[in-house]
Amino acid sequence: MNAAMLGLTAACATVAVGLLFFILGYLVYQGASSLNVAFFTRLPAPVGEAGGGMVNAIIGSAKLLTLAALVGIPVGFLAGVYIAEYSSRRTAILLRYTGDLLNGVPSIVIGILAYSLVVLPMGHFSTIAGGIALGIMMVPITVRGTEEFLRAVPPSLREASLALGARRWVTIARVVVPAASRGIFTTMALGLARVAGETAPLLFTALNNRYWSHGWTEPTASLPVMIYTYATSPYDDWIRQAWAAALVLVAVVLAANVGGRLLLSPRRTAAR
Amino acid sequence: MRDRFLARLRNGDEMAYLVALSFGLSLVLITGLIGFELFRNSALPRQRFGWSFLFTHTWDPVADRFGAAPFIYGTLVTSALALIVAVPLGGGAAIFLAELAPRRVADVLILLIEVLAAVPSVVYGLIGLAVLVPAMRIYIHPALQRVGGWTPFLSGPSYGVGILTAGLILAVMILPFIVSVVHEVLVAVPRDQREAALALGATRWESTWQIVLPYARAGVFGAIFLALGRALGETMAVTMVIGNRPEISASMFAPGYSMAAVIANEFTEATGDLYLQALVEIGLVLFVLTMIINAFARILILVTARKGGLA
Repeated sequence: MNAAMLGLTAACATVAVGLLFFILGYLVYQGASSLNVAFFTRLPAPVGEAGGGMVNAIIGSAKLLTLAALVGIPVGFLAGVYIAEYSSRRTAILLRYTGDLLNGVPSIVIGILAYSLVVLPMGHFSTIAGGIALGIMMVPITVRGTEEFLRAVPPSLREASLALGARRWVTIARVVVPAASRGIFTTMALGLARVAGETAPLLFTALNNRYWSHGWTEPTASLPVMIYTYATSPYDDWIRQAWAAALVLVAVVLAANVGGRLLLSPRRTAAR
Repeated sequence: MRDRFLARLRNGDEMAYLVALSFGLSLVLITGLIGFELFRNSALPRQRFGWSFLFTHTWDPVADRFGAAPFIYGTLVTSALALIVAVPLGGGAAIFLAELAPRRVADVLILLIEVLAAVPSVVYGLIGLAVLVPAMRIYIHPALQRVGGWTPFLSGPSYGVGILTAGLILAVMILPFIVSVVHEVLVAVPRDQREAALALGATRWESTWQIVLPYARAGVFGAIFLALGRALGETMAVTMVIGNRPEISASMFAPGYSMAAVIANEFTEATGDLYLQALVEIGLVLFVLTMIINAFARILILVTARKGGLA
């Protein structure tokens, strides 16, 4: 009984890890044979025609992530500072709880929010709307990380600074935050990596675009939405390109993820 | 009075406090705003259909008749299937990592399994379409039909896409969450609990099953509810493999539809206010459902963390 059950748990762990290797292996197998230079340099070919690339989607994703960082990081960072440095214990618990709930809101619902706040007033789909949707998703991730790493800074550091006559906000800005900066930056990178793969909130905010998207107010292509569109299309060549896009996207996301986690070393990662 | 306030504001500290406070409160504001906007933008179908919206089967945009029952059914059943598969598997893996594996091995495996959580949903959908859908049609559906074909649940035509396929993809997607949260909860169980059990002559498994797991019960349930919250709101992978047919069928092989999937598919095509707002109301139902599940899950996890002295 003992050995059998313990063996079973080992089998479960093997299956879980095996799934990971299968998924990554299959992705590399399908994606590597589909990747080519055109993928990074050409616009999508006309519907039904073979060839072309996704350069507009790569740039589109970069623009969306820039906006997401501009929206999500300041809000999340300052909220994290409030929870860790200013709030009472009870308020901290309540705000942390609210942050966790916000983190659990389905991404498609965030898309509806961005639609009604940005797309409806503007009257059309845009890069801005997609960026704001992703930015809102980044807020709870950034809050959690900022707050956790700020709390890990020893109180003696704060006391030393205050004892030297520094104001509270100077202490926070010049002593506490720099001491936690590595962890906070890592959290932000993990947050960006997570929203980089989000598709659902972009479907009816940034929409898609087969051409270049100029400025910030036109609909834009993005890698995740392109993967979705191409993967569900009837054309073999589009499906091939979906694999290429998936490989590129996963490579970037996992590099940021593993890199961030290793940088943080032991354990305790906050971007869940 | 006013001068004193301004003076305090000028020295920076009050200013910094107010700025931080307003951003802290923005968390509440954003969460509230989501609920408010969803409620405000679903007024038409709420007035027209009332509560029957939740129980009506018809989804006919042409006739302006909308009922969310097939989507609610699809979301609940696929999520339940995902839990049935992922909870034993993830729980087993977490027990192995927390109770048996050497610390260093466990750390590496946890890192790997958490990487699984970072793979975007749309990529799971792509792999699901390429691997799982044909595998379901050719191997898994026929095999299940041989075993349970006499029930309505495991019989009927097989298309590859369908409720069961979506449930399995969801299981893979929530697996890392279950492993990592259950592992964390188990590790937080004090060492002396295990030692006491072993000293009384319990085997390793008996100590795990009869002492450690019951001690961490609240946290384990928290992990399960957290995973359920994820599964309910999961959009892209489900949209790609569930078949997108708004019907309720007893067969697990049959194509279905989920709340998130219908929003993803039809939002940009919705013509007319009633149609669009009916989709928003589905979003509202999904939002309320996930909020309740997550609120419950977080409380359970908080309670265990306290008890285990983690905080």
